[in-house]
Amino acid sequence: MIRSFFPGLSGNPAAAFLAAAGVGLVLLVLPLAASELLGNFWVRLMAMALLYVMLALGLNIVVGFAGLLDLGYVAFYAVGAYMYALLASPHLAEQFEWIARLFPDGLHADIWMIVPLSVGIAAFFGVLLGAPVLKLRGDYLAIVTLGFGEIVRIFLNNLNSPINITNGPQGITGIDPIRIGGVPMPRSLEFLGIEFNRLHLYYYLFLALAVVIIIVSIRLQDSRIGRAWMAIREDEIAAKAMGINTRNVKLLAFAMGATFGGVAGSMFAAFQGFISPESFVLMESIQIVAMVVLGGMGHVPGVILGAILLYAIPEALRIVAKPSQIFLFGEELIPTEALRMLLFGGSMVVIMLIRPKGLWPAPRHGERAPPPAVSAQQA
Amino acid sequence: MFNFDILLQQILNGLVLGSVYALVALGYTMVYGILQLINFAHGEILMIGAMVALTVIQVPAVAALPGPLQMVVALLASIPACVLLSLAIERLAYRPLRGAPRLSPLITAIGMSIVLQTVAMIIWSPNPHSFPDLLPSEPVAIGGASLAPKQLLVLGVAAVMMAGLSLMVNKTRLGRAMRATAENPRIAGLMGVNANMVIALTFAIGAALAAVAGLLVALNYNIVHFSMGFTPGLKAFTAAVLGGIGNITGAMIGGLLLGVIESLGAGYIGPLTNNFFGSHYQDIFAFVVLVLVLLLRPSGIMGERVADRA
Repeated sequence: MIRSFFPGLSGNPAAAFLAAAGVGLVLLVLPLAASELLGNFWVRLMAMALLYVMLALGLNIVVGFAGLLDLGYVAFYAVGAYMYALLASPHLAEQFEWIARLFPDGLHADIWMIVPLSVGIAAFFGVLLGAPVLKLRGDYLAIVTLGFGEIVRIFLNNLNSPINITNGPQGITGIDPIRIGGVPMPRSLEFLGIEFNRLHLYYYLFLALAVVIIIVSIRLQDSRIGRAWMAIREDEIAAKAMGINTRNVKLLAFAMGATFGGVAGSMFAAFQGFISPESFVLMESIQIVAMVVLGGMGHVPGVILGAILLYAIPEALRIVAKPSQIFLFGEELIPTEALRMLLFGGSMVVIMLIRPKGLWPAPRHGERAPPPAVSAQQA
Repeated sequence: MFNFDILLQQILNGLVLGSVYALVALGYTMVYGILQLINFAHGEILMIGAMVALTVIQVPAVAALPGPLQMVVALLASIPACVLLSLAIERLAYRPLRGAPRLSPLITAIGMSIVLQTVAMIIWSPNPHSFPDLLPSEPVAIGGASLAPKQLLVLGVAAVMMAGLSLMVNKTRLGRAMRATAENPRIAGLMGVNANMVIALTFAIGAALAAVAGLLVALNYNIVHFSMGFTPGLKAFTAAVLGGIGNITGAMIGGLLLGVIESLGAGYIGPLTNNFFGSHYQDIFAFVVLVLVLLLRPSGIMGERVADRA
């Protein structure tokens, strides 16, 4: 499993293990160094990047492994986030008297309940989306999943009347921090003489979850199910002929992919303390698709790289853009927001043109003949 | 008592909305038919068309002309601008990726769409601009309902353009070349069709339709801004899929149908559900109909079987 991250060291397991340990150590020290040298903004950025790694790996199961284009993935992220927000904020108790009576201390869900529950509910939504669209192919699937994402967002936006469940466009505030075993995440913690603040602790929590998701992804990829997904991706009819129950296997892909999104969503809600439908727009889904494709569809290390780059570059530009323009030209020629989007969109185009299969594509076992398409050389 | 005049009004409004969707959907569907590419930047072409039109009619010499003439001058500028832009995008972002994995051009299309929006935001400022009324605003009565002249213009222009496009695709040499390329690019090439030329022309025609649609949208809503291409683009794409993507008649039917469904949905969803669902749910209505249609006909109303690769 470590091998896929260090292709150059495939003949040398000991060296690969050492390299993995080195990367792990860097990942552990990184937030401490960043907040010491650069400020907490960068720790927050790293924590969010880890959430996007989880999201991209989840979508990678659907798009990368099973080859089903999903443009509404953010719906599962939203489902996870709203589930956590409802179970760990005063909102429900304020709206419904019977809930207030049942839980006199208010709702405070624990991580041991949140993670399995978000996995379960997101998987349910995955099947809910998957079941009616199984017959659809290619881009028909894309538009229906896109519609699904929009439907979920519109419901979140409007379910504040006649019964107030989601609090509509105002979103839900006052969400608890994560609780582990009944103990809420402390605002700061001293351990071994090192001061960890809240952002560091979330970073480590997200890192742990991301590592679990990475391991699950790679194990899935090499499993019988993973091979079935890839068989469907390459040729659905042939896969069927080989005895794969394509319906169940596709549903499983939707459900598995959704679970990662659900977990990431619940973590996002805990991390932000506030959520609203604004965070779950179509552009977000498109961005996650871009992470998967740009990194290298179906290749776990590539997808991780894509997620980190596509999240970190625009965010970093937020604070780097203005000073560097002033340094280079003596004034701010293009507003930061515009420059950010320009570089973001531009880099998507340029990277794809230079590396059409993604930055770090999966190594191919046997090249297939390209499908009959118009070649660029044709006069 | 059921009011038929209101129903007629809703249907007419829906047809106006749907005509715009259909014009934009044609651009999506023609490109898809040949390249199997979702041209995500197509909505942005519409926006650029509207922006260029606004810039032209703000020139004092043009602003002095009578309204309808201003529109013609605006189109004379916006159509070439959109066509050139679309050709440049095809050359730069799509052509080098033919034969690459299918999702790669989708990502460059999304990237291009972001770049175009941002460039428009820099050139025309992030604030919305108001678009003047170029036609008289006296409504015209049709049965028990009424339409503004600009709405009638939308219907008329869309009908003429769609009829023209149908004729071109079905009766001319170029149309035959387009259909041949869509069916099998390699064989079409062997038969002497210049595939690159046909593809470029397809993009050009789509862009011209989008430029016209851009002017119509601006005229209809009296407002233009840098992100105005997103919603019509999305709806038009939905319409193209509803009709069966890759099929030109399908795009027209899908567009008109989607417009009518949306308009009826917005008008009647409240009363039908006892105001449990308000008109905010109008978009849900459109997507639910889409899912239902695709459940019964997995490749759209007029669609043929498509290849199964995502």
